[in-house]
Amino acid sequence: MAETKYDVIIIGAGSIGVPLAMALAKAELKTLVLDAAPSPGQGQNKCAIGGLRATHSDGSKIKTCLRSLEIFSTWKEKHGDDIGWIKGGYLFPVYTERDEAVLRDLLKVQKGFGLDIDWIPAEKVRALVPGIADKDLRGGTWSPGDGSASPLLSINAFYRRAVKLGAEFRFNEPVTEILKEGGEVKGVRTARGRYEAKWVVNAAGAQAAAVSDLAGVKVPVRPDCHEAGITEPAGRFFDPMVVDIRPGDKSKNYYFYQNWEGQIVFCLTPQPPIWGDDRRSTSEFLPEISRRMVSLMPNLATLRVRRTWRGLYPMTPDGFPVVDFPAALKGYVLAVGMCGQGFMLGPGLGEALAAHLGGKPSAADREMLAGFKLERSFAGQEKLK
Amino acid sequence: MERITEHPVLQPEERRAIKFTFDGKTCEALEGEMISSALYANGVKIFSRHHKDSAPQGIFCANGQCAQCSVIADGLTVKSCVTAAREGMRVETLRGEARLPRVACVQEFGRVEELDFDALIIGAGPSGLAAAAELGKLGVKTLIIDDKDRFGGKLVLQTHKFFGSVEDCYAGTRGVDIASKLEEQLKEYPSVQAWKNAVCLAVFSDKKVGVLRGDKYYLIRPKAVISATGAREKSLAFPGNTLPGVYGAGAFQTLVNRDLVRPAKRLFIVGGGNVGLIAGYHALQAGIQVVGLIEAQARCGGYKVHEDKLKRLGVPVYTRHTILRADGKEGLESVTIAAVDEKFCPVPGTEKKFEADTLLIAVGLSSVDEFHAQAKEAGMEAFVCGDAEEIAEASAAMFSGKITAHKVLKSLGVMAAPVPPFWFDRLEVLKSRPGVTKEPATKDHDRKVYPVLHCRQEIPCNPCVTVCPKKSIKLSGESIMNTPQFTGDCIGCYKCLVICPGLAVTIVDYRKDPANPSVAIPFEIGRGLVKKGDKVRLTGWEGADLGEAEVLDVKDFKAENTMIVIVKGNPGVVDRAVSLKLYAGEAGVKAAAELASSEDDTIICRCERVSLGEVRRAIRSGMRDLNQLKAVTRAGMGACGSKTCSSLLLNVFRSEGVDLKEVTGFTRRPLFVEAPLGVFSGVKCQTEADEKASWSGF
Repeated sequence: MAETKYDVIIIGAGSIGVPLAMALAKAELKTLVLDAAPSPGQGQNKCAIGGLRATHSDGSKIKTCLRSLEIFSTWKEKHGDDIGWIKGGYLFPVYTERDEAVLRDLLKVQKGFGLDIDWIPAEKVRALVPGIADKDLRGGTWSPGDGSASPLLSINAFYRRAVKLGAEFRFNEPVTEILKEGGEVKGVRTARGRYEAKWVVNAAGAQAAAVSDLAGVKVPVRPDCHEAGITEPAGRFFDPMVVDIRPGDKSKNYYFYQNWEGQIVFCLTPQPPIWGDDRRSTSEFLPEISRRMVSLMPNLATLRVRRTWRGLYPMTPDGFPVVDFPAALKGYVLAVGMCGQGFMLGPGLGEALAAHLGGKPSAADREMLAGFKLERSFAGQEKLK
Repeated sequence: MERITEHPVLQPEERRAIKFTFDGKTCEALEGEMISSALYANGVKIFSRHHKDSAPQGIFCANGQCAQCSVIADGLTVKSCVTAAREGMRVETLRGEARLPRVACVQEFGRVEELDFDALIIGAGPSGLAAAAELGKLGVKTLIIDDKDRFGGKLVLQTHKFFGSVEDCYAGTRGVDIASKLEEQLKEYPSVQAWKNAVCLAVFSDKKVGVLRGDKYYLIRPKAVISATGAREKSLAFPGNTLPGVYGAGAFQTLVNRDLVRPAKRLFIVGGGNVGLIAGYHALQAGIQVVGLIEAQARCGGYKVHEDKLKRLGVPVYTRHTILRADGKEGLESVTIAAVDEKFCPVPGTEKKFEADTLLIAVGLSSVDEFHAQAKEAGMEAFVCGDAEEIAEASAAMFSGKITAHKVLKSLGVMAAPVPPFWFDRLEVLKSRPGVTKEPATKDHDRKVYPVLHCRQEIPCNPCVTVCPKKSIKLSGESIMNTPQFTGDCIGCYKCLVICPGLAVTIVDYRKDPANPSVAIPFEIGRGLVKKGDKVRLTGWEGADLGEAEVLDVKDFKAENTMIVIVKGNPGVVDRAVSLKLYAGEAGVKAAAELASSEDDTIICRCERVSLGEVRRAIRSGMRDLNQLKAVTRAGMGACGSKTCSSLLLNVFRSEGVDLKEVTGFTRRPLFVEAPLGVFSGVKCQTEADEKASWSGF
C-alpha cells in the first residue's frame, strides 16, 4: 500500500479519539483514526453509563467538562441528531454527618470555580427523586447544570460529523508499530499498511499503556473493572444522576439515573478495586447493587434488569488524566488515563488538543491541559473519581 | 369463551373458575392459568400498545422470552404469558412504557443462597430429563431446572404419537404422555433434585449460575453444567409481520395444547417442516380450520406422513410459495401469498389472498446455545445436548441426553458402564432427515384381511413392526429408516393401525362381504364428528379424492385416544383410502399485492420496532458491526435480547449483497432473561396497595 501522509494519526476510535478527530478535521488537519475494533466506540465508550458533569474538584477537569457540556447540550440544535441529552443535574444525597462535612467542604472549591452547585435540604432531595429513602436523609449537593447523554448515539453522531468534515477512519486495524526517527515520531504501521504523520495521538483508553510502550514512553495507566447495568424502560419518574457515596459491603459509591429512553442505568465502584481487563460479568454485582439501590429507592425493586456489562476505567495513580506531549518523543501525544471519565472529558479535550496540534491554543485551551501533565508527582487524589 | 372443551386427545382438567378484570371488564380465568391464555379465552388478542408508535401488540413467543405480551397486573408490568391470573386481579392494557408502583418501604433483604451440585441441567425437556435419569442412576447429586411449571419441554405440547423405535424412545406414544413418563421416572432417583418455575438467568465468569426460582434468586455452583435448553423459533420479515395474530407455531401449541384455548378460527401456516405440519394438525384437532400451508421449497421438509395427514383432511399445501404480506387493522385479517421461482422470488400474477385471523410462522428452529457458550467461556465443565446442540426430533434428543450424561459421569470421575456403542448409531439414525419417498406399494397377496402401509418415505420409525402379534410387518432393511412391508398373516387386531404415528396404516377386510370390503381408517380429530351411517368423503395418497363412502362403524380406542372409522368400500378404493376429508380447500382470491410501498415498513426488530428501511439505511451507510447498528437504530436492544432479530438482520445484510464475513455479530448479553432488580437481593417490599389493605380493617 502506498504511504499516505497525515497531519495527525489517532490510535483509538473511542471517547477521546472520535471527538478529537472531529475537532482536528474541523481545523482542517488531515486526520486518520485507527482502531482494532470494527466500529467506533466499541472499547470502553459503550460501557460508559452516560453521566456528564462539570462538578469535579480541580480546575482542568472542570474547565474541560464545561466545554464538553456545551458541546453535548447544543448538539441537537446545531447538528440535528438526537444524542439523548437530558439536563437532569447531579444529586449527591447525604445520610451521614461525615459525608455532609466532606461534600460541604468540596462545595467551597467547586463554587470557587464558579460551578452551579449548592447544598439542598432533604425536602428538595425528596422532590427531585420521589420515593428516595427518608430515614436520616440530611439533604445533599445538587448541580442542575449537569446531565446525561447516550454514549452510543453521541459517539456515532461525532463519528458521522468527523467523517463529513474529512477525517478518515480505519477499523479492524490495530497499530503494530509506532514509527520513529531521530527522536521524532514518523507515523504508524499496521498489518495493512504504513501511515505517516506529524503527530501520533495515543487515545487507546484501556490499552493506552501497551500502545505507549510501542512509542517507548511509559505511562502510569492501568485499568480496573466496574460493572454496570440497565433496566427496561419506565415512564419518567426522576431526572438527576443520583450518586450515593456511602460505602457498601463490597463497593464504594454507586450511581444511577433514568436515561432519555426511560431506562435506569446504574454502575458500581467495587471495593477493593478489581484490577485487570476481564470484562466478563461476575455473580457478585447484581446482589450488591440491588441491595444498595433498592435500599435507597424501594420502588426500583420491581423494575426488570435488562442487561449488565463490565467496563474498564483506565486509572492513573491520582485519578487525573494524562494529556501531554512527552519530551522523549517529539510528535507523540498522550490523551490517556481518563479514569472512567473519557465520555464526559472527550469532546472538550478534543477541542483543546486540536487547538494545540493546530498550533494556536487559546489561554483557555492551555488551562484545560495544564493539570494533565505526564511529569507530575501523581501524589494528589481526585476527590470525586 | 374460546375454550376447547372437546379434544380427541387432551382432557381438560377440572379447575376452579376465577374472576379478574381487563380494562375494567370482568373476565373469567381458570385457577393457575397464565393471564395471556385467560385473555385469549376471553377473546382479547391485544395486550399492549408499543411505546414507540402505539402499534397493537399481541402474543408472540408465549414463552417468557420476549415482552410483547406485557400487561399491567395490579399496578405491576408483567409478561402475561408467564404470570398466572389471580382472583380479583386488575389487568390493564399496557400503553407505552411501564409505570413503577409506589413502594412504601423495604421490609427486609434476603440472602442469596449458594448451592453446590455435581451437575446442573438447564432445561427439563426430553434431553435434559434423559440426562438427569442417567446421572440419577449413579447417585450423582444433580439439579435439573426448568422455567415452566411442568416438565417435558415441548413434549407437553405434542398430542401426536412419536416416531422412532418403541424400545429406545417411546415411539408410538404421544409426546404429552412421554413427558409424564420421563418426569415420573425421575422420582426413582433421590440424588436428583428437580426445580420447576426456575429460570436460568446467566452463567457468570466466577463459575456460578444465577437461577431465579419463583421470586427467589439462587447461585448454583455445579461441577458440570449441561445445557439442555432446546431451541427457539426463527422469525420471518414481511409487511405486517408484527400484527396481533401473527406468531410462532410454539406459541400456538402452548395456547391450544397446554392451555386448551382456541386462539383462532381460520389459520394459515408458513413453513412445511415438521413444526408447521404438526401445528396444522394440532389446529385441526382443536377444531380450528387450517386455510392453507405454504412452503418455499419444492417439497415440504417435514415427514411426508405429517404432510399427508393435512392434505387428506382437506388442507391445501402450497409448495414453492412464499408469504408476501399480512394485512389487518388491529389484528390479522388476511394473508397474501405468491408462487416463487427457482431463486425464491415471487412470480407476478400468482398472488392469492386468503382471509385468516392467525398466521403461524414455522420456518425453522435455532439452538438456544447461549448458556453453553457462557459456561465454556467461564472455563466450566460444560456440556450440551438435544436441540441446544443440534436441531432434531425429540426421540434423538433423549439419546443425546443419555450420551451426554455419560460424558458428564466421566468428567466427574464417576465409574459408569461404558456408553453402549449402539447408542451413537441410534442417535445418528434418529437424527436422520427423511430419505427417499417410494411409490405407493402394490398389493402382492390375496389375504382376506390385511394392513395397507401407506408409509412410503424413509423415516426413523418402527412401532408397527414391534407391535404386530404375528410378526407380519417387517422393515425392508435393518435400519429403522427403512419402510415397512406386510409379509405374513393378519388377524385384523388393529394394533399397527392404532400405534402408527403417521396415521398411515389402514386395515382392509374382505371377510364379511367379499364384494364390498371394508377399510378401517385411523381418525383422531374429534369425537362425535363421524357416526355410523354417515356418508363421508375418502381421501388417499397425497390427499387424492376417492369419492363418497358409508361409515359402517366407529370404534374408540380410549386408552390410545385413537378412533377407527370403518367404511364400506369397493375393491378399487379400499387399498387406497387412508383418511376422511373434513374440509373443502379454498382457492383464495386473486390479488395483486403492492409490495414496494410497504416493504421498508417491515419490522425487523419487534421489541424496539426498528424497520427494514432503517436497517437498510444503516447498512448502506457502511455499517458492518451489528453493535454499531444497534447503537444507532436500537435494533436488538429490546426486551428479548436480539433473540428474534439477530438472524433477520443478517438476512438483510445478505439481501444488500454484503458478505457476512464482513459483519461483526452482537455482543451477547450476560443476562438472557430480564429479572426484577429486587430479586437479586431477595427484597421484601411493602407496596402502597399492601399498606392500604392492612389498614382496611379500621
